[in-house]
Amino acid sequence: MSKIVRTIAQAVMPFVFLFGIYLIIHGHLSPGGGFQGGAVVASGIALLFVSFGFKYVSTFLREDTLSAIESSGALLFIGLAFAGIATTFFANFLLGSPVFGSIPVTGPGVGDIWSGGTIPLMNIGVGMKVSAGLSAIIFSMMLIASKKRGGEQ
Amino acid sequence: MDALTLHSPILAVAIPLLAAFATPLIGRLSSRARDVFVIAALASMLFVVILLARDVYEVGIRIYTLGALSPSQAIPENHMVPVRLVFEVDGLGALMAIITAVVALAGTIYSIVSIKPETGQNRFYALLLLLVVGIMGIQLTGDMFNLFVFLEILSISGAALAAFRTRFVDAVEGGFKYLMVSTVGALLFLLAIGIFYGQYNALNIAAIASAMQYTVLDQVALALILAAFLMKSGAVPSHWWVPDTYTPAPAGTSPIMYASSLACLAATFRMLFSLYGVQMSLATVGWIVIIAGVLSMFVGVTMALRQTDIKRLMVYHVISQEGYMLLGVGVGLAVLSNPEALAAYGREAIAGGLFHVINNAFFKGLLLLTAEALFFRLGTRDLNQMGGMGRTMKWTCAFFLIGALAISGVPPFNGFASKLMIYESTYLFNPVLTIIALIVSVMTLASFTKVFQSAFTGPALPQYKEVREVPMSMKLGMGLLAAATVFISLFPAFVVDTIIYPAADALLDRSGYISAVMGGG
Repeated sequence: MSKIVRTIAQAVMPFVFLFGIYLIIHGHLSPGGGFQGGAVVASGIALLFVSFGFKYVSTFLREDTLSAIESSGALLFIGLAFAGIATTFFANFLLGSPVFGSIPVTGPGVGDIWSGGTIPLMNIGVGMKVSAGLSAIIFSMMLIASKKRGGEQ
Repeated sequence: MDALTLHSPILAVAIPLLAAFATPLIGRLSSRARDVFVIAALASMLFVVILLARDVYEVGIRIYTLGALSPSQAIPENHMVPVRLVFEVDGLGALMAIITAVVALAGTIYSIVSIKPETGQNRFYALLLLLVVGIMGIQLTGDMFNLFVFLEILSISGAALAAFRTRFVDAVEGGFKYLMVSTVGALLFLLAIGIFYGQYNALNIAAIASAMQYTVLDQVALALILAAFLMKSGAVPSHWWVPDTYTPAPAGTSPIMYASSLACLAATFRMLFSLYGVQMSLATVGWIVIIAGVLSMFVGVTMALRQTDIKRLMVYHVISQEGYMLLGVGVGLAVLSNPEALAAYGREAIAGGLFHVINNAFFKGLLLLTAEALFFRLGTRDLNQMGGMGRTMKWTCAFFLIGALAISGVPPFNGFASKLMIYESTYLFNPVLTIIALIVSVMTLASFTKVFQSAFTGPALPQYKEVREVPMSMKLGMGLLAAATVFISLFPAFVVDTIIYPAADALLDRSGYISAVMGGG
């Protein structure tokens, strides 16, 4: 891509990632959550691929890493569900504990980020899985596209 | 042990789910550790399922509420949410869970060697475990939307598995067809869920059943559900995808894919009996199921007769055998509102249909594995190029004979026992159906005689001089299913009394299914 695109992408990139992470972390308070935030992060990766090209990006972003992050995200999610099995599977065992434990007042308000128990942690797990998973899909598509282009030339 | 039984409904789904995502990570370290881990996960799932089934047969329906203060608390105290996400296991769920667990273990043991030539084995095992999660979830969940989610898990992992051996051209085609069928089916089902949710503000199957008003919209929903699940289980007229998808699917997954079809069939029965029950126009719906069954039987077997590809031939029998199950349960459904007929032959017909489900899962799975064993050693599935394999592949030949005799309904094998139950009960309902079923059975025997004759008998062919018996793990996988088939053949009465009749009664006991979640009774 041209220098203009690359410059703009470079400037926008941090905000895209930041917004994605914001959506993931605030998932239990506002619209958004793991899936949506993960998709935003993955769209940042797509921007990276499109503006800088597959060859350059694949030097520091590897498919192995992506699939490891994806698996760990899913494991974090299921692990949290398993951790509640003293009462029931998926029980919110962190409620009332020092970690994300506070119970916000009912009614309208800005919300308390330090609440929700296991839910914000599960959002992070889903966010890891979705961002890595979608990035891996983009990665494979770019891989195939770059191979084809190479074959034609 | 009590705690394990208490949590067994969710563990049966959660263990393979956890294993599915841990497998790629373990596979990075060592492929041997990964194989052991996958087998251990499925073995422990089988153990949990046996605990669960024993409890269901002794105590009754077991429910498990996710995220509640106690697993049996289906309805929250202050009714903030109508009904939580509930797993509900009755006789039918227990039966299908046993089938799934045994078949999954056998198929995975078989896969360990047979998948070695392929690349991307970590992904293969992850997909295999996810497929098991989908099948298990469909059987155990008591929630419509949850059922939809598991259906999607099953569909996507199934499609990816069918297309796994991408070096064969037909594999991609099969996977794509399966994906299309699944998507259409899932969307029809989602629309039906929307209809229920709009009317009754509930997603729990028991909650919807207890509020069911049998409006026109509910009839539309029934049509959508029937179409979706019969499509996914491959009954005629939507059988066209079955041979294309199952034939190229990797060896060990074939029986598990087949179990997924049976799971969709069981979900059909669950919807018809537990969700709708006696008050709908039963004769009509019953006859629709019966006609779908008879057509599947006949079309499946006639198309199987002229196949020369050994696996494709067996896959056509998948369709044909599913017809028997639909016939049996359809007869039961048609007489559901008539207590005398139900007691005289209806219950027997449903039990026969369900007995045929478990028998087929084992002997049909076994046959699919033997077909893949021949393919593994010979590199061809064409019957015209085979011959004399009984001389060198003795174990495979023996396993094939067990499966072939059982599927053709030759006494004393279990296929005969379940077919006899279906014949006897349908004869009282309508003799024409019995005659068709008998003819189909003879044609089944004919086509398997052809396979046996052309693949295993005859002089040893010079081009297959070097062919040896399949490796140990493949023999073990086939042996497990063969042992299950022989066990049911030896003790049919025991199996029918312990696990088949409870499943049939669970289908008939709609109010029990509702009250287990909604309370009262």
